[in-house]
Amino acid sequence: MFKGILKEQTIQVGIGFVFIVVLLGTFILPEWMSNNFMYGLSRGLAVLGLMILWRTNLVSFGHALYYGFGAYAVAMAQKYLGVTDVFLRIIIAITAAGILGFVLGFILRRYREIFFAMLSLAFSMVLYGLLAKAEFLGSTDGMSISPSTMFGFELGRFGLFYFIGFVVILSLIFAHAYLRSSLGHLTTAIMDNEIRVEYLGYSVEKAIHIKYVISACLAGGAGGLMAAALGQVDPDSMVLWSVSGELVFVTIMAGLGNILAPFVGAIFFEFIRTYAYEFAPQAWQMIIGGTLLAIIFFLPGGLWSLFQKINPFKKEKK
Amino acid sequence: MAINEILKTTNLQKSFSGIIAAEDINISVKEGEIIGIIGANGAGKTVFVNMITGYLKPTSGTIEFKGNNITGIKPREATHIGVCRSFQVSQVFMSMTVKQNLMIAMSLAKKSGSQLLKPIDDEILSKECDKILKQYNIIKQKDLIVSTLSQGMRKLLDIAMAVVGEPKILLLDEPTSGVSVEEKFGIMDIVISALKKSGTTVLFVEHDMEIVERYVDRVMAFYQGQIICDAPPKQALKDKKVIQYVLG
Repeated sequence: MFKGILKEQTIQVGIGFVFIVVLLGTFILPEWMSNNFMYGLSRGLAVLGLMILWRTNLVSFGHALYYGFGAYAVAMAQKYLGVTDVFLRIIIAITAAGILGFVLGFILRRYREIFFAMLSLAFSMVLYGLLAKAEFLGSTDGMSISPSTMFGFELGRFGLFYFIGFVVILSLIFAHAYLRSSLGHLTTAIMDNEIRVEYLGYSVEKAIHIKYVISACLAGGAGGLMAAALGQVDPDSMVLWSVSGELVFVTIMAGLGNILAPFVGAIFFEFIRTYAYEFAPQAWQMIIGGTLLAIIFFLPGGLWSLFQKINPFKKEKK
Repeated sequence: MAINEILKTTNLQKSFSGIIAAEDINISVKEGEIIGIIGANGAGKTVFVNMITGYLKPTSGTIEFKGNNITGIKPREATHIGVCRSFQVSQVFMSMTVKQNLMIAMSLAKKSGSQLLKPIDDEILSKECDKILKQYNIIKQKDLIVSTLSQGMRKLLDIAMAVVGEPKILLLDEPTSGVSVEEKFGIMDIVISALKKSGTTVLFVEHDMEIVERYVDRVMAFYQGQIICDAPPKQALKDKKVIQYVLG
């Protein structure tokens, strides 16, 4: 599955991109800008998960379910088990979201189009309702997260940034290996023709289920990283429908052309939001909406299509 | 089941909301036979193919494959046991290249999880794929997106994708429909010679009697959901009922 993957252009460019972002974020840029890079990289994981689903024409309006579940898994592991190790945190976040995705996948894999989208939204709102009411989970105030450690030592902001970069690189490698495989190509095949896939002897529902769990794991990982980066989890900023909406927003804005697109899009989104809020605190949503409209009208393939026009790697699509 | 009998149906019936689409279909097919299924539009040919390959569940009756009851199995289960099909309207992956289409079919045909995880352009599989593309005379088009191909090319690809699963029995639903007159004999020559080599049993639905006469061992003529004639082509095409209800 991973044979020769490091020689692939997409991965080499991806590693270079993450290195530049982490170096800029830790050595050159001021903290507020650096934070945007860190949050963008983290949230980009969830967008990557959505992008993988989207390539089968499945749009989830409720992916904050896994994003929030990953984040709350980190918070609960700290509260009840005292886990602060960053490796354990990310493993817990991914595993918890993966298990939830696996269970709900049995229901969701039977639905397509708007039914899939709305059912996933419904599940996320169920979790939101539970979290908002559950006092032992902090109710609407949420829970605070203590600084992450590695091998018993506090990681610090820079250390966490490096770790996020490391997780993003691993995720890029995994996503690329999956998408270039025959199983990954079933993504497009299912979008084109489900009947044919069944008649080739493979269960479409199974393929969608696998993809859904991968997507849930990525969103859970993103939630875990964001929890560690923000130091706080609460239902409104982690699970509410508007969080799912933002992830869909970034996916459209980024485009589906490449596995790097979600990260570029997520970082871009963080900056747009920061500047919009800074310059027009009463109308920042309008600026964000206008930006999306402009991208849909002038760059229908998303921001990545702009890179494809100007960069020398445009032939490769993975 | 008789020796060498690969497929048998008994009193097979299918109705949709009380309207009977297929009734009392009793057939027996021997291994390696090539059978032409003829009939006017709405005679029940495609319904019959759909029931055998699991797309439709019969209302009553049984389907036996190599002595095992396979009535009502799912399409992918049919594929697993060696009952494969192609479609009246080519069912291929339109946004992918010809080679990617076939590579996916081949990866799935291997029935191994590890093959599915390998890159789609896996070297060994790629060589095998090129051989098949050459055999079906679509090697020159291997890097073209399928939506840009002619109907004839798509039909060939559709059939090639069904064949890579090494079927025991292959049902082709109008393999030459929508194909130009110049292409149709070429396509059938390629397909039938490849299938004869592998000893695959073939049932194909066809409207073109020239094709039927030239390639089949036996003809089954359908009319109003029933088989009105089951005989060698020369005899079947002279049958009074066939002339009246099928050939018009």
